Amino acid sequence: MSPAMLGLLLDAFLETLVMVGISSALSAVLGLPLGVVLVATSPGHIRENAIVNRVLGAVVNAGRSTPFIILLVAIIPFTRLVVGTSIGTAAAVVPLTIAAIPFVARLAEAALREVDPGLIEAAQSMGATPLQIVLKVLVPEALPGLVAAITITVVTLIGYSAMAGAVGGGGLGDLGIRYGYQRFLPEVMLAVVIVLIALVQVVQSVGDRLARRLNKRLLRSQQPSA
Amino acid sequence: MIELRDLTKTFQTEGGPVRVLKGISLTVQKSEVFGVIGRSGAGKSTLVRCINLLERPTSGQVIVAGQEITALRGRALRQARHSIGMIFQHFNLLSSRTALENVALALELAGRSRRAARAAAAPLLELVGLADKRGRYPAELSGGEKQRVGIARALASEPAVLLCDEATSALDPETTQSILALLRDINRKLGLTVVLITHEMQVIKEICDRVAVLEHGEIAEMGPVFDVFTAPTAEVTRRFVRDLVDRELPANLVARLNARPELGGNPVLRIVFRGPSAHSPVVAEVVRQFGILLNILQATVDYIQGAPYGNVIVEAIGGEQDVARAIDFIRGKDLKVEVLGHVAGDARAVA
Repeated sequence: MSPAMLGLLLDAFLETLVMVGISSALSAVLGLPLGVVLVATSPGHIRENAIVNRVLGAVVNAGRSTPFIILLVAIIPFTRLVVGTSIGTAAAVVPLTIAAIPFVARLAEAALREVDPGLIEAAQSMGATPLQIVLKVLVPEALPGLVAAITITVVTLIGYSAMAGAVGGGGLGDLGIRYGYQRFLPEVMLAVVIVLIALVQVVQSVGDRLARRLNKRLLRSQQPSA
Repeated sequence: MIELRDLTKTFQTEGGPVRVLKGISLTVQKSEVFGVIGRSGAGKSTLVRCINLLERPTSGQVIVAGQEITALRGRALRQARHSIGMIFQHFNLLSSRTALENVALALELAGRSRRAARAAAAPLLELVGLADKRGRYPAELSGGEKQRVGIARALASEPAVLLCDEATSALDPETTQSILALLRDINRKLGLTVVLITHEMQVIKEICDRVAVLEHGEIAEMGPVFDVFTAPTAEVTRRFVRDLVDRELPANLVARLNARPELGGNPVLRIVFRGPSAHSPVVAEVVRQFGILLNILQATVDYIQGAPYGNVIVEAIGGEQDVARAIDFIRGKDLKVEVLGHVAGDARAVA
């Protein structure tokens, strides 16, 4: 591969990092609270509310069931409203984030639901407010699961970000299609795939390690050494 | 300290409404250890959870320290809960927090800063004998240690009342003893009122002052532990007491027991020792004074709240007159004697 090609690869890699990094962070910030609300308003939980729960559930399901490639195109007007353009890396962040929010919310909901109801009850018996229960019991206890949820989201966003190339978002997927496929440069395609595999491996193993480190349900001897 | 007035609780289930509590009224005195015993499904867990309104009763009132808890909601209820500590069968400790941090949680929830809460939690861990385990996570603690952390956490907000929901049911007998001793100790030291629910007779016997026996959502019997246990009136209580003091006769003895004295044989007596005479050597006196022999077939002596309670079954060997006089003598000592029947021949071989 030529130095010019390597330069392109590096640029594409950085674009992918930016797209995935920003959309992961934003979707975590917006999706985790949504997951908390989904759990807290569910039947028998700390703030049971059937209407909120059902409406949010329906919205989340709608978001989850829309194919990403359609979402990408469908929300172009919204993207333009937010970032001023519908082309480029910044523009790709918008649909990526929108797609990932319900994804994070559902995964977070599952993790938060795993928290022993006895702990919530104990907190209530100590006079905890619903907000205190969320911040001091639910989130800390579900933290390993939440970290795993974010890890899965990041990996999924890496895959989605390849599609974001379709709106000129750049990144590794875009490079692979334009050079590897359309210009018949199989070595570029191969390089892109290898870099993506390595990236996913790194993200997954960092996420796994972090989740294990945070999980105090295991005895210390079973945890990875610091 | 705690007053329950005509408490009822009905759960709506798919199979229709289920009445779990059917009008419970009781009063727990200040600094008393009050036990509630019942089989599973008797409603005892619901009852204790109604006291701090983890479960809101369908009707009736709960009054703790002069305050009607059932009239409270939201903020006022949360405030009131600070003065009612609770411990649980499965401890309910946060796995993500160390022993010290778990105790501190109670204080953080009451509005103290993380740092202040931790500082205040340390002496509580010391009180329950876990000063050296402060940095351990629950996964690294034994069941007994976890419950000690639970107790320290419940005491953190300096409650007037401690509710124990099957607090020893997940522990082995030895650990149960040590936890009960700790609860007793705290009750005496801090003057804490304790309400304890359990399905184990042993627990009630060990530390409770008074007991209510719950069956099908109703109080079957209530009173001082010694009275309820040594002279049970309700069938359910008798069954519980049987767990404690084996009052069943051995099957092979029952088979040979004859209810008709005219067929001859030696009378079999059950002597129940309770009260002051339980300390005197009645059996020896009878043997010496009336010249009869008492062959002990079965005997148990138990201590309930430190008072002895004995149950002895003997075969009385001797003249009819002597035996009758001996029975009168024992009754004169204010002990209960009951002729269970007669055994022909050599009951000793049976025993």
